Amino acid sequence: MQARTGKGDWIMDSKIMKFAKALLCALALVPMVAFANEGGPHLDSAPDRSKDQLALQHGAKIFVNYCLNCHGASSMRYNRLKDIGLTEEQIKDNLMFTADKVGDLMQTAIRRDDAKKWFGAAPPDLSVIERSRGADWLYTYLRSFYRDDTRPTGWNNVVFPNVGMPHILWELQGENVLHVEKKGEEQHQSLVLAKPGKLKPAEYDATVADLVGFLKFMGEPAAESRKTIGVFMLIAMAILSVLAYLLKKNYWKDIH
Amino acid sequence: MAAEKQVTTTGILGWIDERFPLTSSYKAHLSEYYAPKNFNFWYFFGSLALLVLVIQIVTGIFLTMHYKPDANLNLAGVPVAFASVEYIMRDVPGGWIIRYMHSTGASSFFIVVYLHMFRGLLYGSYRKPRELIWIFGTLIFLALMAEAFMGYLLPWGQMSYWGAQVIVNLFSAIPVIGPDLSLLIRGDYVISDATLNRFFSFHVIAVPLVLLGLVVAHIIALHEVGSNNPDGIEIKKNKDPATGLPLDGIPFHPYYSVKDMVGVGVFLFVFCAILFFAPEGGGYFIEANNFFPADPMVTPPHIAPVWYFTPFYSILRAVTYPLFGLDAKFWGVVAMGAAVVIIAFLPWLDKSPAKSIRYRGPIYKIWLAVFVVSFIILGYLGVLPPTPGRTLVSQICALLYFGFFLLMPWYSKVDKCKPVPERVTG
Repeated sequence: MQARTGKGDWIMDSKIMKFAKALLCALALVPMVAFANEGGPHLDSAPDRSKDQLALQHGAKIFVNYCLNCHGASSMRYNRLKDIGLTEEQIKDNLMFTADKVGDLMQTAIRRDDAKKWFGAAPPDLSVIERSRGADWLYTYLRSFYRDDTRPTGWNNVVFPNVGMPHILWELQGENVLHVEKKGEEQHQSLVLAKPGKLKPAEYDATVADLVGFLKFMGEPAAESRKTIGVFMLIAMAILSVLAYLLKKNYWKDIH
Repeated sequence: MAAEKQVTTTGILGWIDERFPLTSSYKAHLSEYYAPKNFNFWYFFGSLALLVLVIQIVTGIFLTMHYKPDANLNLAGVPVAFASVEYIMRDVPGGWIIRYMHSTGASSFFIVVYLHMFRGLLYGSYRKPRELIWIFGTLIFLALMAEAFMGYLLPWGQMSYWGAQVIVNLFSAIPVIGPDLSLLIRGDYVISDATLNRFFSFHVIAVPLVLLGLVVAHIIALHEVGSNNPDGIEIKKNKDPATGLPLDGIPFHPYYSVKDMVGVGVFLFVFCAILFFAPEGGGYFIEANNFFPADPMVTPPHIAPVWYFTPFYSILRAVTYPLFGLDAKFWGVVAMGAAVVIIAFLPWLDKSPAKSIRYRGPIYKIWLAVFVVSFIILGYLGVLPPTPGRTLVSQICALLYFGFFLLMPWYSKVDKCKPVPERVTG
């Protein structure tokens, strides 16, 4: 019943069909020939922190201490941080500086019109920044600031040229300077640590990874429970399919 | 006064049947609707489209309870509409499941409907006497595109905003009435709060009403003439002389109701796999750029419509020549519209003696394959920014797309078909 008859339902094996197949292959190859790759700065891949609650808690601490001074996360409530293993008491005592209720949204204290005056643009809300920019972009961006005295803030960024934001984590990372090497036609950019910060480069990278991990969590706090529920849903749907198939087979046993 | 209606049922059911055609409708559409017994894999997608429609309506009702069509910025500088979607994702219990069901449902709808339409092409389901079913189907497809387009504005992200901007601007290419028409659609000179509110209204009530009416008409028309089948022959031509029932037909219920449940199970498995493990659909079902709130001041470097529109969007962009003093954009709009409308004319373009691909000649098979590949390439090109090379490829594919339809009266006639059997072959 279910099977196609096989004999000529789809593509037969005649000469015309061989020609057709060749034509189809040619058509299918066209895109690859026609498409050149669009470049952009190289992005380092962000280490996964989604299963590491301590790292996410560290990321939350960095976020609240550094980012939240200017950026809001206005879709996120403080008490949602319970999802990364914190208690309400811990959240209240360690992470809440501007809000007084644990159910409050993570708003920034900065005024938007002030921020616009100071940085040229109001700092974007970071609730879903990981879902738009991607973890790799954020991970690379936060490690790509360098000193540039031509900029009003004194900072520039390889990934986001002429960015309005100063390097807020400079105390941790230290100061990078940009080295440009010319190899014939190509320009090769690299960052060199001119003044070390509080953290060693590897420690700084790990800290940024934790922060990006937290931004990822914040982008979709339900993500982990989504996957857990998903496993049960898939099992349920597989059982449903098998039962439906057996039922169908039974009903259809006399149909030929 | 007319004589009382005679019914065979008794009790409450009898009471109802005297006043409402309940038992007779149940028989006509389910227990005594005879469908060919040789439906194959491709025949699952009609009932699945109905399932997705129900999913979209039910999840849509719950989303409407929490969503706010408001383009103004909240205290944190985020548009209220955008923030309300995130509110659904975080603070509404089960909200993220409902929202992902709706966003996954939108893409699923098009996957299922495209496969359902392809089934029609495979087995000639649009041929006489099913022309009207096919026309209703094309109108459903059109309504579905309008529904999806307006729904995509509602999250009020950058792609929502600029996608709508690009599409609504297309209407301004129509001579004389264009500028006023696009103004009427937007309700403003740019996409704004006014546009968001009217699109919301169209998305939750106007278009769904039309869609439901068309779906009912589609099914009534189908049950009037009976279903086609993979052999493309009429089962009503071979009836049992004693009972008057088609020899190759079986009652829809219970046979196809239980069989469709298998399709539903497998479909829901795939649906859940996407919903729970890849709700963004690799950036195609929910675009990453749509997590930036709409900003009328910042045009994204590349505006790509959602994947299900991209084949038609590519056809639009493929037209690069002005003609008769009208600019290329206008003819692009015409080509895009024609690409959809031409589908409705298929019943009259096809002159083949055989309906089903099983008995058609090689020319149709080649053209169908070329058509499908062109459609997929057009879809792929539609998500990418244009380059001269890509434009050329999309022009070739657009010609092949139209060639499939416009050359059909010729090639379907000269094609060497095989003899069509009297009875279905299983």
